[in-house]
Amino acid sequence: MRKMAPRVWLLCAWLLAFLAGCDTGTEQTVVVKFWAMGREGEVVQALLPAFERRNPGIRVRVQQIPWSAAHEKLLTAYAGDAMPDMLQLGNTWLPEFVALRAIDSLDERIRNSAAVQTADYFPGILATNVLDGITYALPWYVDTRLLFYRKDVLASAGVTAPPTTWAAWIEAMTRVKARVGGDRYAILLPINEWQQPVILALQLGAGLLKDNDSYGDFRAAPFRQALLFYVEMFHRGLAPPVGNSQLANLYQEFANAYFSMYITGPWNIGEFNQRLPDSLKNQWLTAPLPGPDARTPGVSLAGGASLAIARSSPHKEAAWKLLEYLSEPAQQLEFYRLTGDLPSRRIAWRDPLLADNPYAQAFWQQLQRLKATPPIPEWERIASKIGQYCEAMIREAMTVDEALAALDRDVDALLEKRRWLLRKRR
Amino acid sequence: MMAGRKAAWHINPAYWFLAPALGAIFTFLFLPVAAALLLSFTDFDIYALGNPDFLRFVGIQNYLHLLQDPLFWKALLNTAYFALLGGPLSVAVSLGAALLVNAKLVRCKGFFRAIFFLPVVTTLIAVAVVWRYLYHPRYGLLNYGLSLLGIGPIDWLGDPHWAMPAIILMAIWKNFGFNMIIFIAGLQNIPEHLYEAARIDGANAWQQFRCITLPMLGPTFLFVAIMTMIGYLQLFAEPYVMTQGGPSNSTLSIVLLMYEEGFRWWNMGYAAAVAFVLFAIILAATLLQLKFRRADDA
Repeated sequence: MRKMAPRVWLLCAWLLAFLAGCDTGTEQTVVVKFWAMGREGEVVQALLPAFERRNPGIRVRVQQIPWSAAHEKLLTAYAGDAMPDMLQLGNTWLPEFVALRAIDSLDERIRNSAAVQTADYFPGILATNVLDGITYALPWYVDTRLLFYRKDVLASAGVTAPPTTWAAWIEAMTRVKARVGGDRYAILLPINEWQQPVILALQLGAGLLKDNDSYGDFRAAPFRQALLFYVEMFHRGLAPPVGNSQLANLYQEFANAYFSMYITGPWNIGEFNQRLPDSLKNQWLTAPLPGPDARTPGVSLAGGASLAIARSSPHKEAAWKLLEYLSEPAQQLEFYRLTGDLPSRRIAWRDPLLADNPYAQAFWQQLQRLKATPPIPEWERIASKIGQYCEAMIREAMTVDEALAALDRDVDALLEKRRWLLRKRR
Repeated sequence: MMAGRKAAWHINPAYWFLAPALGAIFTFLFLPVAAALLLSFTDFDIYALGNPDFLRFVGIQNYLHLLQDPLFWKALLNTAYFALLGGPLSVAVSLGAALLVNAKLVRCKGFFRAIFFLPVVTTLIAVAVVWRYLYHPRYGLLNYGLSLLGIGPIDWLGDPHWAMPAIILMAIWKNFGFNMIIFIAGLQNIPEHLYEAARIDGANAWQQFRCITLPMLGPTFLFVAIMTMIGYLQLFAEPYVMTQGGPSNSTLSIVLLMYEEGFRWWNMGYAAAVAFVLFAIILAATLLQLKFRRADDA
């Protein structure tokens, strides 16, 4: 073998020294990798300088991921062993990441924490972060869906207060439809969305799945009744049979009274304020969802996003500090100011910023009345099936009973693996 | 004897030169394909991703399930609709554009070539945004044009019957420029003296086109037809950005189905099975075309 030239040895030594230097550099400051989605990922960076000042040894690197690609990106990151330290998760995704064993239990840390009090969270939302008694994430901001409506259009149709029961709701929509005429409608229910029919079914007490969430239960009476009510709204011409992609500009359509009611979430408070013409500034309002009758409250979905710590993270301690910081009421309020995302800590709602906001107050009431969808990894997929069959029912490609039978069959097939796992565990 | 043994030990030096390329092809092409084939015989999903004990070997279950999946048949029909209508139309439009641009009377040929080629190099997302406005049922330019002709508004992307034709129209507009360039190259390779001879014999323009242009374009045609068919059978991006497969799955293509199964729902085993079925279909269609062409030539 030829001897290596002294110069090469020198180079190697120099490289080694350089690498060693790098190593000691990273030991002093911990870099927490934090993945956040969409607008939240952009805005959260404004909260971080204060955190880094308070914790000189910690640097936070935020990576912003668009919502539409977030789910795929997180699964791919897990498969590729490239998870961040802390991540934002839609709370319906949580069961999936728990099944993957991708995120860590927070129980121990919550118990030892002075900053985080679980009693201060909305119980309905916090419950979606707990699986089999273990808390895997903490709600960052909350969201649910309720009624946005045009005060002026409803008033001109003789409806003075938002409806609180289904009967009053149908009555109000029929009047609005009669008032606005043929090519305009009372309510917008995008036909490819599963949320609206599922909310109605949950209001009637539908379980959606049965036998430990291992079979579909869509032919059961409550779900069927809710679907009949939902499809009826289209067949009576109260709602246009259009999907999301067919509305080029939702806000313009709302301003034109193409529809006067819309079931949507808190993100639209800011959008409506910003995008509606000035003449409509005080002509719309939010209201909690109507219930099936006066005694049954109108529940809605427990939505929102949570913060979780990856099981694979080498910097869990630092990530927890960041999670605690973002959970502080002061930071939650600041985050609300920046994004319009509603705080998950109830104490933050006492601030006049929210307490005096008429749009937010309806959400406060709705957030006391929440129900969650089944906490299983397959839920997203089942939900998309529900959306598909609802579309078929509305387009009258299938009758309600045919569609529900097909839905049960598809969902039973989807849950085959879950049943196998449940049997195996036994 | 000696010579034979020596030959057996001797490796042709060409293989050493080929080895890096072959190694790369083996590692990055054959291995993943083999892995995907194996995957298609399992029920690899997120449970298996989290815990390998939850992986089951299911034999040809995925393929059997696929054949019974109404969504797969729907996707197959949609893809066939797109390829059988869109493919020939696209080739015809390309040929027409090539003939026009190549015509002797046309000035500024380079300009027109560039204009027609522009959609090919434009980002699909930007194209999709513009086309969504063109297709808008109430404010769209297309429906405005139709209303001038007295035709009522069509809900292009919202009506299950019109969504696929809308996608086809957009795909043709987006892609015809590429084949046009290839046709132009083919046209320019036809010797001018053939046309001169035909003109002397008194052939009119149509006869020249039928008896000289088309036969001389034969090999170009074969190439364009096969590439277009392969491309069109792999329909994905257009419905992905325009309709997400809707309305009522009327624009769901096989690749979109595979993508949804694999990367949205993480049913990798099932998605791999879809991939192999599509591969088999494309292979069969290509062989069929080659066979027809050979029969033609013979």
